Amino acid sequence: MGMKSYDDGSLILTTHQIIWRDSSDFQICISVPLCLVVFCEKQSGGIGRSAKLSVHLQAAQANRTPGPVSRSRYDYVRFSFKNGGESEFHTKLQSAMQTKEWEKTSSQATSSPVSKSSAKTGPIRASGIVGIERKIEENRRVTDKNISVAFQDLTKLMEKAKEMVSLSSNIANKIKDKKGDITDDETVKFKSYLLSLGIPNPVTKETHGSGTHYHMQLAHEIASLLKQPLEENAGIMLLSDAYCRINRARGMELLSPEDLLNACRMLDNLKLHMKLREFETGVLVLQLDSHSDEKVISQTTELVDDSKSLSAQELANLVSVSVLLAKERLLLAERAGKLCRDDSDEGLRFYPNLFAQPMR
Amino acid sequence: MRRRGVGASAVTKKKLESARYKERGTELAAQQLEQLSSQLETFHTNLEEFAAKHKNEIRKDPQFRHQFQQMCASIGVDPLASGKGFWSEMLGVGDFYYELGVQAVEICIATRSQNGGILTMDELHKRLMKTRGRYGQDITQEDIRTAIKKLKVLGTGFALLGSASKQIIQSVPGELNMDHTAILDLAQQTNGKVSASQVQSALLWSPERTQQVLEHLTREGMAWADDQAKDKQRLYWFPALFNSDRKLKS
Repeated sequence: MGMKSYDDGSLILTTHQIIWRDSSDFQICISVPLCLVVFCEKQSGGIGRSAKLSVHLQAAQANRTPGPVSRSRYDYVRFSFKNGGESEFHTKLQSAMQTKEWEKTSSQATSSPVSKSSAKTGPIRASGIVGIERKIEENRRVTDKNISVAFQDLTKLMEKAKEMVSLSSNIANKIKDKKGDITDDETVKFKSYLLSLGIPNPVTKETHGSGTHYHMQLAHEIASLLKQPLEENAGIMLLSDAYCRINRARGMELLSPEDLLNACRMLDNLKLHMKLREFETGVLVLQLDSHSDEKVISQTTELVDDSKSLSAQELANLVSVSVLLAKERLLLAERAGKLCRDDSDEGLRFYPNLFAQPMR
Repeated sequence: MRRRGVGASAVTKKKLESARYKERGTELAAQQLEQLSSQLETFHTNLEEFAAKHKNEIRKDPQFRHQFQQMCASIGVDPLASGKGFWSEMLGVGDFYYELGVQAVEICIATRSQNGGILTMDELHKRLMKTRGRYGQDITQEDIRTAIKKLKVLGTGFALLGSASKQIIQSVPGELNMDHTAILDLAQQTNGKVSASQVQSALLWSPERTQQVLEHLTREGMAWADDQAKDKQRLYWFPALFNSDRKLKS
């Protein structure tokens, strides 16, 4: 009949279950989850009698894997320890029952497939997987704890920062109202304090300039780094382009967009052969001093003349500048009266301004 | 004897001055500046300690990063204002966002000729993750939003349009008002393609209004007009809003 007798195997205890494995055929394997264990009774052995452990159980779960029998009138299983070990097993089992490790894992579902697979596949990996699960859970708890500690520490820092913010605004108001009686040197120091904290500078740039020593240094760095790229790009470059180039070159300790802007504002005053320029559209560019609007206007007008009309994209392709800059050139020439626009659903195109030319 | 006397009187004089000022409820700005300076020094040290303990959390945990930004904003501090700021220097938050900004700018430039300068947040997010590669840090859409907001000052028209779930990033200057955004919103739901009649029935607009808005978007290069449809109705395609099987070439 092949009714298994289960009489020669080893008993394995994990944090989540008791596993019996046949000694000769490892594929034969059955288990009982610890969460079903109610009580464990030890019966010592004697002459002709092996020591036994009776493990009293709750009713089996509906989704359990099929076992040796489908039903039993007994509500316990009894293990017979022919080769000893019942005392240690009993102790370990009791401590596992106390620890209740299975309640600590985040989901019950992660434990049952383990017992399913060990019953079917043989080689016990249960404790390994459970060990990893526990580690993940432990990490998560530690991380959560770390973050809440971090958050508490951060809150304390923020309170201190808040005090400094109000102190700064106090000082700034005094400077504005000229009640400050502060020297220029002190003003410069103040601006660098604001920079360190990331407080927007309320002191007007017209009266004191927007930059600090840091920005002045940056201005020199920018000028030397971008001189050649500018020359290769018709003497003009979008500020966003400059931002990418500089930060790519730096690799780390990158500049913030505001750092770049504030540094570029100082370029003209520092006579570094280039300057920041803002178009009417709000577009910001870096421009070499040698760049001349007149040259650009006449060049653009000529090109439009030659092609009868041009769109920004077409001009961009002709002179190798970005579309945005090409558009600015067309607008520049338009403002100078050299070009007229035609806005249709074919797009925006520019034509030579025939109105301004002498009649033939 | 004389030296001591001078010393003592100078000290009392200062004390007297300061007491007088306090009486009037005002302190010299110079004194306040000294106060600020020493508070800042202490803060610098505290922040260093904080960074030594928690720098990793900020780098690795987007939720914590987000909370950090919010706390700073609530006290009136911009941790990303300058690479030279304490926050940036010690916590490394600056480099994270500035680099993200560089990558975003480059992606926008690369895709501009096809999408006219608008990009969905999802698309930008995807491309950013691709650029950063397997070993790059995880970034959330909130991170992208923070980086884009900083890019505004560069003048190239960076803007975030629409509501949080289906946001669009604009990277060219040019006013896109609520009408434009409404059509972009609609086009996102219709696979990036709309007709004038669709717009009129969905948004209850007049034909003139619909025409004007669609034409503007076409002129700006964000929509392409297509007259090849069988029913002769003009269709407007938005390359930025195509769904994944018709995506922009990388």
